[in-house]
Amino acid sequence: MNIYVVMKRTFDTEEKVEINDGIIDEEGAEFVINPYDEYAIEEAIVLKEAHGGEITVVTVGNEDAEKELRTALAMGADQAVLLDTEDLDGEIDHYTISEMLSAFFQDKEYDIILGGNVAVDDGAGQVAPRLAEKLEINQLTTITKLDIDGESAYIERDVEGDVEIVEANLPLLVTCQQGLNEPRYPSLPGIMKAKKKPLETLDLDDLDLDEDDLEAKTRTVDRFLPPEKDAGKRLEGEPHEQVQELMSLLKNEAKVI
Amino acid sequence: MAETMKTSIKGGGFLLEEVEASDVFTPEEFTEEHRMIAKTTEDFVHGEVVPVIDRIENHEFDVSRELLTKAGELGLLGSDIPEKYEGLSLDKISSTLITEKFSPAGGFSLSHGAHVGIGTLPIVFFGNEEQKKKYLPDLASGRKIAAYALTEPSSGSDALGAKTTAVLNDEGTHYILNGEKQWITNSAFADVFVVYAQIDGEKFTAFIVEREYDGVSTGPEEKKMGIKGSSTRTLLLEDVKVPKEHVLGEIGRGHIIAFNILNIGRYKLGVGCLGGSKRAIELAASYATERKQFNTPIARFTTIQEKLGSMAAKTYALESSIYRTGGLFEEQLGGLTEEEQEDGSKIAKGIAEYAIECSLNKVYGSETLDFCTDEAVQIYGGYGFMAEYEVERAYRDSRINRIFEGTNEINRLLVPGTLIRKTMKGELPFLDKANGLQEELMSFMPEEPGDEPLAKEKYLLENAKKIFLMGTGSAMQKYGEKIEDEQELLLNTADIVSEIYNMEAAIARTEKAIGQHGVEKEAMKLLLTQVICEEGLQNIEADAKESLIHMEEGDNLRTMLSMLRKLTRRTPVNVIAAKRDIAERIIDKKKYEV
Repeated sequence: MNIYVVMKRTFDTEEKVEINDGIIDEEGAEFVINPYDEYAIEEAIVLKEAHGGEITVVTVGNEDAEKELRTALAMGADQAVLLDTEDLDGEIDHYTISEMLSAFFQDKEYDIILGGNVAVDDGAGQVAPRLAEKLEINQLTTITKLDIDGESAYIERDVEGDVEIVEANLPLLVTCQQGLNEPRYPSLPGIMKAKKKPLETLDLDDLDLDEDDLEAKTRTVDRFLPPEKDAGKRLEGEPHEQVQELMSLLKNEAKVI
Repeated sequence: MAETMKTSIKGGGFLLEEVEASDVFTPEEFTEEHRMIAKTTEDFVHGEVVPVIDRIENHEFDVSRELLTKAGELGLLGSDIPEKYEGLSLDKISSTLITEKFSPAGGFSLSHGAHVGIGTLPIVFFGNEEQKKKYLPDLASGRKIAAYALTEPSSGSDALGAKTTAVLNDEGTHYILNGEKQWITNSAFADVFVVYAQIDGEKFTAFIVEREYDGVSTGPEEKKMGIKGSSTRTLLLEDVKVPKEHVLGEIGRGHIIAFNILNIGRYKLGVGCLGGSKRAIELAASYATERKQFNTPIARFTTIQEKLGSMAAKTYALESSIYRTGGLFEEQLGGLTEEEQEDGSKIAKGIAEYAIECSLNKVYGSETLDFCTDEAVQIYGGYGFMAEYEVERAYRDSRINRIFEGTNEINRLLVPGTLIRKTMKGELPFLDKANGLQEELMSFMPEEPGDEPLAKEKYLLENAKKIFLMGTGSAMQKYGEKIEDEQELLLNTADIVSEIYNMEAAIARTEKAIGQHGVEKEAMKLLLTQVICEEGLQNIEADAKESLIHMEEGDNLRTMLSMLRKLTRRTPVNVIAAKRDIAERIIDKKKYEV
């Protein structure tokens, strides 16, 4: 089986986000594999263990992402590819990234492509569906169970808390939802082996792309943190007095009734 | 090896010469693999161990055993075991990181540490081919768990006074072991015990004893103040028939194994304390930001900041000196060929070289952890006294570290003791240096160091070494071999040596970091180093003064005290301001991050 995983490097979910002039300050921040993409990597390894084949993990980013690619290799992927954005001067959005990915997949043979449901940083969930459209293959998002038999995939999807059972043919792109599996820790032998596994970097020339083809379709105007929550207000007195005060506050201060 | 080494990187050599920063390994030099190994360990401990810590504390040892098997599957038991025996042959920095990151597992980190350290290492370093083949693959995977049985009811610090006996049977095939070993970690579930016994009442020898043998049993689980999650029992040996092939190392040379394994054990204990200290800072900093009194988060009060600043400074000193020792070990042992690795005597020599550094890490590590957990409880106030908070357990768990693997008193005495022994054997040019210094001191004039970063700290360090040489040189002259009876002087000497080792490690680390990223980005490291060196020199001054007053009198004493004043003359650092700054950064990150 030819198994591919599309992965994103994201801010560690425990990091405190700081924004200066609309730009997120990445100085000294810890980065991780997007947690939803970890489900994708784990599922790829489970598939390989059941059906054999090879796992390739692909990401779009700069050389800093090599660390997360190595982690994926340490978990059990066979090879990794970095689609380098170094040549891109302008803004990068989900369009740019999915265009680069689809260029990469043009000459590839794949049975299944797995990705995360969303990335925990911008939460857009656009890249994988765009990629499937561009490649003109089936896609199923937010999957929580996956069985493959021959050319068919039997899938359970999380539909706003309910479950939908779907059957689809390969080649197929799926995005993984929490509950699909428990990602394994990279084992120490895995970490040592990862050093020797192939990690290839491709630039725009290698992908036969031009910077102009990749110009972002969106422009980020501003970013800001949610306002600090003010301290709450405790109403005092007898219950009926508290109710009266609450009513007056809702009317006059919050102006909601 | 030792013969061709330059003095500055010999064990204890740092006291006699200037050490170059390039000879000091620092945490900033971890490789990508090191970081990944650390992360896997951390994720395993937080994901698998911490959620079941109450069950482990409650002596449900099947849980511990299961977790050790899981750890084995991830490779967390095999870092020091050669690949040939299904281990991973990792470098010493990797195994140090694993130990450090295991600490938040509480008592379970002891189960892990005793298994991979004092339990397994005697076989790795001193086992013969047959023994290694038989045991190491199972120990690496966690199929079998190891324990180490040295202490007896009547022999603690005096380990060689063990009363357990081993007598060769008439057929000459087995040794018959009889005795009682006390406080054996992992004893509830270990399969393999490294046991020390006297053959013919005088030949101290190590044996591999399997739990399955007739006559092997354990006593009831001890009720302890802390580390309740680890199993501690007495190991009873009643006419246990141990095949003579199970003698570990040479007959009558058990002390070589015992002392070298203790050295490693002491180092690893210091490493565990480092992990614990970091955890205490994390807990205390988080709590101090959340807890409000007088409508203000208590982290805003400078009293609390002073505590966090002190905790961070001590932890930075510890971290720098731990990885410094780790680097020395790696240099020494990692450089051995595979063939040499098989040779226990080469390994023993490599480990013994840094006996002083191991003791220093053990003492400073355990006292830093005690300080940090104590202050963490204090920051938590009444809540810190309640069992539902982690700091309560951390505080109780900390205390044993000053006692086991050699009490801190024994370890302190070992520092000057080993220095004297090395000097007598001609391994360290201590006397030459001390004699040379006397003349230099006659004409010594204090200098005002430059303004560049670390200039003052380096100057203070240089003078600290002079104070050490002056004090110790005079003591040796005055007491000769009788110095052994002046234990307070020896303890003071050990403390002075410890401050020097820490100051130097911190300076070298900060110097390297500044060299790479510039002062601005490494402001935190610089602040920490300034505090460490200022307080270090204050401690050295007090210790040296106390010793001199005991040793000398009259004019001689006055001359030496004036020399001490000259050597400690400096424009002092504003420690209060520096600690506030340090604390601000710790509070911002809610953890120890430099």
